[in-house]
Parts: sequence; structure tokens; C-alpha cells
Amino acid sequence: MRGLAVGVATFGLGGLVTAWLLVTDPVLLTAGALLVAGLVMFGRRLLAGGAQTAGPTVVSAEILAGSGRRAFTEGFWKGVWLGAALVSLLVSLLIVFSLAREALTFITRVDWADLWAIGWFPRRGLYDIRTLVVASLIVTVIAMVVAMPVGLGAAVYLSEYARPRVRAWLKPVLEILAGIPSVVVGFFALTFIAPEFIGRLFSGHDTGSLAAAGVGVGILTVPLVASVSEDAMRAVPRSLREASAGLGARRVTTSVRVVIPAAVSGLAAAFIVGVSRAIGETMVVFLAGGAGDTAIFTASPLHGSLTMTAGMASLASGTDNVVGQGLTFQSLYFVGLLLFLITMGLNVAAGRFVGRIRERY
Amino acid sequence: MVGILDSRTRDRVEVRLNTRRRDLRGTVFVAALQFALLLALLVLTVLLVDAVRDGWGILGSRLGSFLSGTLRSGSADPTLGVHQGLVGTFWLAVFVATLAFPVGIGAAVYLVEYAPDNRFTRFVELNIRNLAGVPSVVYGLLGLFLFVKGLDGFTGGRTLASAGLTLAILVMPIVVITASEAIRAVPAGYSEAALGLGATRWDAIRTQVLPAAAPGILTGTLLSMSRAVGEAAPLILVGAVTGRLGRNPGLLDTDQITSKFTAMPIVITQWVKNSGRDQGFSTAAAAAIVVLLVFVLALNSVAIVLRNRFESRSR
Repeated sequence: MRGLAVGVATFGLGGLVTAWLLVTDPVLLTAGALLVAGLVMFGRRLLAGGAQTAGPTVVSAEILAGSGRRAFTEGFWKGVWLGAALVSLLVSLLIVFSLAREALTFITRVDWADLWAIGWFPRRGLYDIRTLVVASLIVTVIAMVVAMPVGLGAAVYLSEYARPRVRAWLKPVLEILAGIPSVVVGFFALTFIAPEFIGRLFSGHDTGSLAAAGVGVGILTVPLVASVSEDAMRAVPRSLREASAGLGARRVTTSVRVVIPAAVSGLAAAFIVGVSRAIGETMVVFLAGGAGDTAIFTASPLHGSLTMTAGMASLASGTDNVVGQGLTFQSLYFVGLLLFLITMGLNVAAGRFVGRIRERY
Repeated sequence: MVGILDSRTRDRVEVRLNTRRRDLRGTVFVAALQFALLLALLVLTVLLVDAVRDGWGILGSRLGSFLSGTLRSGSADPTLGVHQGLVGTFWLAVFVATLAFPVGIGAAVYLVEYAPDNRFTRFVELNIRNLAGVPSVVYGLLGLFLFVKGLDGFTGGRTLASAGLTLAILVMPIVVITASEAIRAVPAGYSEAALGLGATRWDAIRTQVLPAAAPGILTGTLLSMSRAVGEAAPLILVGAVTGRLGRNPGLLDTDQITSKFTAMPIVITQWVKNSGRDQGFSTAAAAAIVVLLVFVLALNSVAIVLRNRFESRSR
């Protein structure tokens, strides 16, 4: 138990020292890390060399009772890793604390009429939440209209039809798509999707718009939807497919009437995770959403506007770096808290659905 | 022989059994599925080709000066380039590697190998999964609150240090999740055998579990590194410089850690925004995207190849 406490303390101290050295003198940190690593490796080898030359050990009551040093070391390392696991709790607490504190300041000080005004003009004291939420909704709906059929189709093909060798090629392609940074997709949405796709479908809209941004966010969401739904369908036991085939069902029938219904809660999870990702996506809307730092309320996908995320990014990228006057800084945290609560709710719901399919099979 | 079926029915059944009927619905279904995959493939190709084509004006003629140049106010400036962005991104990666990787892998070791199966452990695991789903802007808000405002005596405010710490926190849950999966995939027999020979749990982890899980853990760290390198939203919140950055520090100049900074995704964002008033910045942004993609796709490909080899070996 003493080892455990020392371990946790060592982890905390070590983390602080590392962070401190990293900020003040990374060269010293690197040298120190190399020195410690060298000492551990060679020091151990010297000690171990001594121990190996001793003859066979006769087991005695003292040895069976265990050594205190051994127990201490064991507890020490357990404590170090426990410390690492506790960091995540600390991070969650800090997120909730920072959001709640500044958002509370905002709510208590703001004139409530300004939360339902003509648009999002934070530097002029107009914080129309409606503008941001409606824009987020529009982008999310368009993104899911793009991502759901493509992602689901890809997942059904990969899990039910693709031969292993085909799958081994196609899966990495989806994973590469998943690894593309969102700024890149934002640029693509602005320079390609807006003029070539949205602009041609609805003439005269060849610069950024919520629709162009929505399609871009959809592209980013496809790999996520595909991988979660594929996992769900692969979790359906083989015996169900075999039974279906044994009854004479075609492959389509097996896929549509047996596998998809059996995996439906996982597919629901894929949808929810996709929505959560789409709402939280920032850069695509920031670049291709077609609005500057401010936005007038609009419910049309063909106009430019700011989503919750893009509103935060544009507020923070201003020349005065959020200091602003009045409540601009706090308004960031109010929007952030709203976004945090929405995505958290969606993620918890998705977790429930995934848990359900795991339970059944 | 008196048939159970009349002759007409028998003929029909015989024809059905002996001829191949086209499965129209099945064909259409498969075609639709293949179309979905093809669409994803097509988008990826168009995206890459579009970036290279748009950026070719710079990539083809002055790649060298583009890589060593700095942020400029005009796109026609021959010294316009991404050097400050590359250096900033390098240092952000250093922060992620030294802070997020050890802590993330350590947490995974605890959760898989040590933690008792109780409510607290399940809560911590749920918490980490939820953290991984928190949008990256929210981490930016945390960084702004904690490192820029709260600890500005330590980090110096809107500096590379604040951004690096923020990104390390952002990436940590992903490292925990991927490392946990890799450690769980190690057969229980490895550590059981070691324990049976009298090893302590830590000995078993150090000598058996971690080496066996190393390729999987490495894959996870590479994927999270590529995520960190491409992330822009939290950096904007933490206050990456979107105007001109005065100095152009060398790669190993450590003073820059506590000064103003920029990074590749921020450079791209800024140039895309500038392209509204100066069309030439669109070319510069595309060229910078190609440079960033080279790094990100290399990290991803290595990770995927590594994982596929590891998977086929363990089966």
C-alpha cells in the first residue's frame, strides 16, 4: 500500500517535472531522459549479472513470505499507472469546471434579449444562439444525408460481400479517408464542392455555403459511420447467416432481413456517433461555411452562416484574440458548454446501443 | 409412378431448378453497395488530385523556397512559405509524444492489467470513451482557460507550450483506447506463464505483455500523432498566430516554445481565408495542404501496414 502511494506521487511529480522541463528546457529533458534510460538498462544488467552467478535457491519460509522490497516495487508501479489512469478524470473535471464557470458568468450577466436577436454578432453584444444552433442542425442533416447511405453501403459490402483479399485493400482506403485532416476537407469543400457541386445544382452559389460545408462534413463522417456499422454487422454470429442461407434465402435477403435487423442497435449507434462527430466538426464549416466573423440568422442551406463550432473558431481568430469587451470571452464558453452537453448526450446514447448488441451475442 | 405433382407444376419446378434465373434484386443491391464504396474512393482521389493540381503552381516551380519561406502578406512574395508552420508542428508533435504517449499507455496498462472489475474502473473507462468523443474545439476552450489564462506564468500565454499541452490532452484518450485494445489482444497465457514462474505483475507486464503488444501500441500512437498534426480548431482557440509571425526560428531553437507560434493546419486555414482577397493564396494553401498530407498520410500508411502485418501474424 505504501508503494502504491509513493507510485502515484512519483507519477504526479514526474509528470509536472517533465512538463516543466519541456516548456523551459527540452534539451535538458532529452539528456535527462536518455541518462535515466541508460541507468535503468545498464544498472539492471549489472545487478542481474550478480544474481545469476548464485547457485540454485533453496526455498525457505523467508523466501515464501516474500520480500518487502519486492512488494514495494510492485505497489510502486501499480501506483504510477494508476496515476496515469487518473489523469483522464482530472481532464474531465477541468473541462466541466472551465465550461461551467465561464458559462455561468455569461448567463448571469447577459441581457437575455440578446440571446434571441437578429444574428451572431458577439463583439457587438448580440449572441443569437438560434443562428448557431439552426446552422449546426442544417450542416448535420446534410452531412448525415451524405454519410449514412455511403457509410452504411460501404459497411454492408465490406462485411457481407467483400472477399478477404478485396477487404484487405478497401479497408485501408477508408482508413486513409478517416485520417485526412479537416482543414484539407474544408479547402476541398470551398474550392471544389461549392463551385462544382452545389454551384451547378443550385445556380449562382459558387462560394461557401452551409450546404457545401455540410457535404464536406459528410465526407469526413463517412469512415466513422462505415467502421462503427461494419463492427456491428461483423458482431452478428455466422450461424444466423448460415441458417438463413440454409432456408434458401438469397444473399440480399440474408443481408437485409437477417443481418441488418440483428445489428440494428449497432447501426443506430453508428448514426448517433456520426451526428455527434458532425456537430462537433469545426474547420470544414469555418472554411467553407461562407460566413465571416458574424452571421445573420438564416434557415437556408444555400446561405452562409456560422455553426456553434465555427462561431467559436471565428470569434477566437479575431485580431484581438477574444479579449474583446463585455462578454465575448464568456460567450465562447456558453456555446462550448452547449456543444459539450449535446455531444456528451449523443455519445452516452451511442454507448448504450453498442452495449446492447454486445449483450445479445 | 403416380406423381404428387401434376405434370405442369413438375415442368415448372424442373425449369426453375435447372435454369439460372437472374437475381435482379441481388444484382441491384450489390451494385448500389459497390457504388457507395466507389464514391468514397472517388472522393478521396478527387480530393488528392484537386490539392496537387491547385498547388502545382508553387510545388512545381519553387518547392525549396516554399519549404524554407515564411508567412507573408502578399501571395506573390517569392519568400512566402511554410517553414514556421513546419517548425511549429514539429514541436507540437514533440509535446504530444513526450506527454500524451507515456500517460496514455500507462493508463491503458493500469486499466487492462491492474484495475479490479468494479464500478470505479468502469466509470474511468466510460469517462475515457466519452473524452474521446468530445469535439476538439472544446479542448481548445480548456486550453484557453487553463494554459493561456490560468497558467500563463508557466506557459507564457498564447504560446507553443499552451498549444502543445492542449494537444497532448486532446490526444491522450485516443492513445488510451488504442493501447488498451493492443494490450487486451495479448493472450492471457503470456502473463499467466510469467506469474506462474514467480514474476510479479509488473515483471510480467514489462517482460511479456508490453513487448507482445508493442506493434499494436505503436499503431495507435502513430494514428493519434497524425490526428494531432492535422488538428486546427483547438490551436485557433488557444491563439495560434493567424497574422504575420515576426521571427522564423530554426527547428531546434527552444526559445520558440514560450513565444507566439503557428502550425501547418493554421497556415492552411489562414491562407484559405486570405484567398478571398488575394486569389494567389489559394495556390499557396493547396501547396501547404500537399506538404501536410505527405506527413499525415505517411504516418497513417505506416500505422495501417504495421497493424495489418501484426494482425495476420497473431492469427
